[in-house]
Formats: sequence, structure tokens, C-alpha cells
Amino acid sequence: MTPTLLDKLNSLDRRWIFLAMAFAVALPILLEIGSDETPSLPTKKLFDRIEELPAGSRILMAIDYDPNSAAELAPMSLAFTRHCCLRRHKIYFVTLWGTALPMIDVTIKEVVQAEFGSGDKPFRYGEDYVNLGYLPGEVVAISQLSSDIRKARSQDVRGASLDSLPVMKDVVSAQDMQLIVNASGGFPGAKEWVQYASTPHKIPLAAGCTGVQSTQMFPYYPDQLLGLVTGIRGANEYESMLGAKYPQFAVMSKRPASRRGGPQRWAHRLMIALIVLGNGIHLANRYRRGTP
Amino acid sequence: MSKTVPVVIAALVGFLMIFAYFVPPLLSWRQTAEEWFTIVATIAMLLGGANLCVHHLQKISDRDAGWGFSAVTLAAFAITVGVGLLKVGVVPESAKHLDHAWSGQFQQEGGAFWWIYQYLFSPVVATMFALLAFYVASAAFRAFRAKNLEAMLLLVTALIVLVGQTKDREITSLFLPTPSDGSLPWMPIADLTEFIRKTFVTAGQRAIMIGVALGVVATSLRILLGLDRSYLGGDE
Repeated sequence: MTPTLLDKLNSLDRRWIFLAMAFAVALPILLEIGSDETPSLPTKKLFDRIEELPAGSRILMAIDYDPNSAAELAPMSLAFTRHCCLRRHKIYFVTLWGTALPMIDVTIKEVVQAEFGSGDKPFRYGEDYVNLGYLPGEVVAISQLSSDIRKARSQDVRGASLDSLPVMKDVVSAQDMQLIVNASGGFPGAKEWVQYASTPHKIPLAAGCTGVQSTQMFPYYPDQLLGLVTGIRGANEYESMLGAKYPQFAVMSKRPASRRGGPQRWAHRLMIALIVLGNGIHLANRYRRGTP
Repeated sequence: MSKTVPVVIAALVGFLMIFAYFVPPLLSWRQTAEEWFTIVATIAMLLGGANLCVHHLQKISDRDAGWGFSAVTLAAFAITVGVGLLKVGVVPESAKHLDHAWSGQFQQEGGAFWWIYQYLFSPVVATMFALLAFYVASAAFRAFRAKNLEAMLLLVTALIVLVGQTKDREITSLFLPTPSDGSLPWMPIADLTEFIRKTFVTAGQRAIMIGVALGVVATSLRILLGLDRSYLGGDE
């Protein structure tokens, strides 16, 4: 007996689905199909806060992720840092993840040095930004950072004494920061910054997290987290706002998250189509068997 | 004695950390305890490394199933630690320290450690994460089916949230009138997604978080009072 379409779909090899997903992701990347995003309120609040802070404000940029979640979080780290540089804030990079040091290096290299390292008022290491590097101890490191930075680390990542850096003048602890921005890929991350820095010491905190983490983070918004940027969509929203405010950054080459919006959109469309198709097959099978 | 001393240390330090939160003069004591924690954690890391080596050497020695993976683990561990500690390929960064070959950072761009991170570690973990997209797509097709009322509710919610996460949510407002005051048009799917997140998801998450927090308080108190000694190992 010739198999029907339903029989063929029932025994569909999963490799066809893998192939469809590969095309859904690869084609928009190859064809450079990007996408803008309409800003959501949690993202807009962080953007507005960085925008409103007076130039020279101190911002602790906690980069807590590794290559696992870099696809989602690296674009938002770049966007946050770019925005801080545009507003001439002082940036203090730090991480609680041993594997995140190169993530900080990439952010500094691609944004601070490449885009703001030259010109009339270049961003200078030690004066406008510093890399405090990796702080071991997870939540204890946050606690130390919040009470006395020098107890957590007396030198920067290059081995220079913190007291010799002009950017560290008058900075005793994280309480001297006007804002903590955390790109969080898991533990320790945004939740721990809320529990051990922001809430006990009343330090304004905003976070960027992966899409999967967002449900765990939203209960802290808007009281303990003043802003929340979630996943590649959130990063895309941030880049869209940055592009609208600063047209020199509206070009797609400066917007990795917006470029990833296209593949994400097509992958989601495929997922929806697969769910609908799977349920169509399920209903057809029930009809064939005669069960309601 | 071997059990009592750790329990007393844990209780003293634990209660110190609690009281220091409410009594500011105890802050310096808390800071000292935190410094000690960092030192002990570093020693524990060395212990962990040694334990890893012993465990996998044992597996290789006994020719246990999968002993080859143990050999790969040990080789990767030894090479990574070796090139990191010896700063292989690192050059001095500052003109002041040109005579000191080891004055550069261990993860300096171009160094062996950086190379391992950039071309081995990074692609491997990123690939593992990216594979999720394929398995989730396959699972969506095969397993995500409306077999009963609960599954149907889950399915409809998932579809709404999935569409709401993409720019496609704006398509749902195409046939609706644009507000005259210039504000954003009503987007049924986007608003529904937001409603689900704010109402059901956040409420559920808060309930879980409060439950977990109460559990943590109870367990912590049991540990601090010496009633729970399971963290010391053994049968207690």
C-alpha cells in the first residue's frame, strides 16, 4: 500500500527538522536580514537612566557570562559600554566569572579602544575606565566589593595598584557608584547583585540577562532592578534606541543584536510552524483512529 | 572532635555574618571573615584540582568504562593549567618591564592560554548552547501536542509568548486603528504576552522564590545550630 502524506509525516526523519532550522538561521545571517525592535519599558528605563546621569558618573560594569551565553549577552554589553562612553561616564569593569575575562577584553577592545580611544577627548585607561578583572568568591566578592573594593582587590587586572589610578580616586566601595550594570549569564549574576549589593546598600542596579533567565529576574523589576534588558530582543531594543539617539551608531555593522533579530525571527516562525504542523498531524491521527 | 570543631567554626562565622548585617560595628569582623573565606576557597580549589587528578588517574589505572575520556580530561586540565601558569607565549606589555618576560597577563591576546580559550573553549561551549535550537525544534514538532486540556493551555500560552517575543507581534495590530495621539497602537499579542508575564509568570516566580528563601533560612539555621551536619560528609 502506498504510504499517505500523513504516514510520511508521522515517520518524518528529525534530520529534516534540523535542516530546516539550519536554513532558518543561516539564510537571514547570509542575506544580512536584520530587524529593529520597538523598545519595551524595562529596557527604556535603563537607557534613560544612563542618559540622565551627569557626565563623569561612575558605573560598575559587571560582566558575568562566558562564551556559552555570549551570543545573547555580548551585544548588550557592547551597547551598554558604548552608551556609557557616549555619555562620558567612568566605567569600572569587573567579573565574578573566571571564564569572563576575555569577554571584558573584547568589550574594551571593540568599543572603548576602537571607537573612543582616539579623537579630541579619548577614553584613557586608568583615567576614564579600569578593568578590575576577576573577583573570586562569588557572593562574598560582591559583599567585599560593596563594603571595600580594596579588600576584594588591591590591584587592577594589569597589576597596577588601585591607589595609583586616578579613576579610583575617592572610590572606596561599590556604594560610590551611581549605577551598577550587570550582564548576567547565570550564577553568580543579577540575582546575587540584587541580594548582596543593590538591596542592602541601596545602590541603583540594572541588569541584562538571557531570555531563559528573564522569568527569574522580572520579580525584581522595577523596585530592585531599575531596568531589565532580556535576551537578544532586549539588546536589539537597546541598540535601536542608541541608533535613534546617536545616528552614528544606527548602521547595522554597529548593531550585532539587530543583525541577530532576523535569524531569531525566522527561527521562531519555524518553531511556530512546527508546533502547528505537529498538532495538525496529532489531530489527523486521532481522526483516522476514530477517537474524539 | 573532628566534627565538633568545623560545626563550631561554621556556627560562629555564620552568626557573625548575620549579626554584622544589623550591627555596623561588627563590619570589620565580617570583612575579615570574608577575606578568610577567599583564602579557604582558593585552597579548596587546589584540593578540587588534586581530587580531579586522583579520580581520573584511578579510572585510567583501572581501565574503567570510558577511561579514554578521563585521559582527555587530564590532558586538557594539565595543558590549560600549565600554559596559564607558565604564561606561554605572553610578552611584556609595559615598556618599563621589558626585561621581565612574565610581566604580561596570562590571558594576553596571542598567548597560548588565550589561544585555547579563543579557539577551543569558546567554540565548544558556544556549539553546545547552539545545539539547543535544533533539539528544541525537534521537540516542538514531536512532543508539544495538545493531548489534553492542560497541554492545550500550555500550547496556546507558548504560541502567544513565542509570537510576542518577535517583531511579528506587530502584525497583529495591522488591521486596528492607529491612535490619534501618536502613541503606540494596540498590539493584542504583545499586550497578552505582557499580561501573561506580569500576572502569571511573575506571581508564580515570586511564590517559588519566597518558598525557596524560607527553605534556605530553615536549612541555614539547622546548619548553624549544628542540627544538620550532612555538609561534613559521612552519615550525619
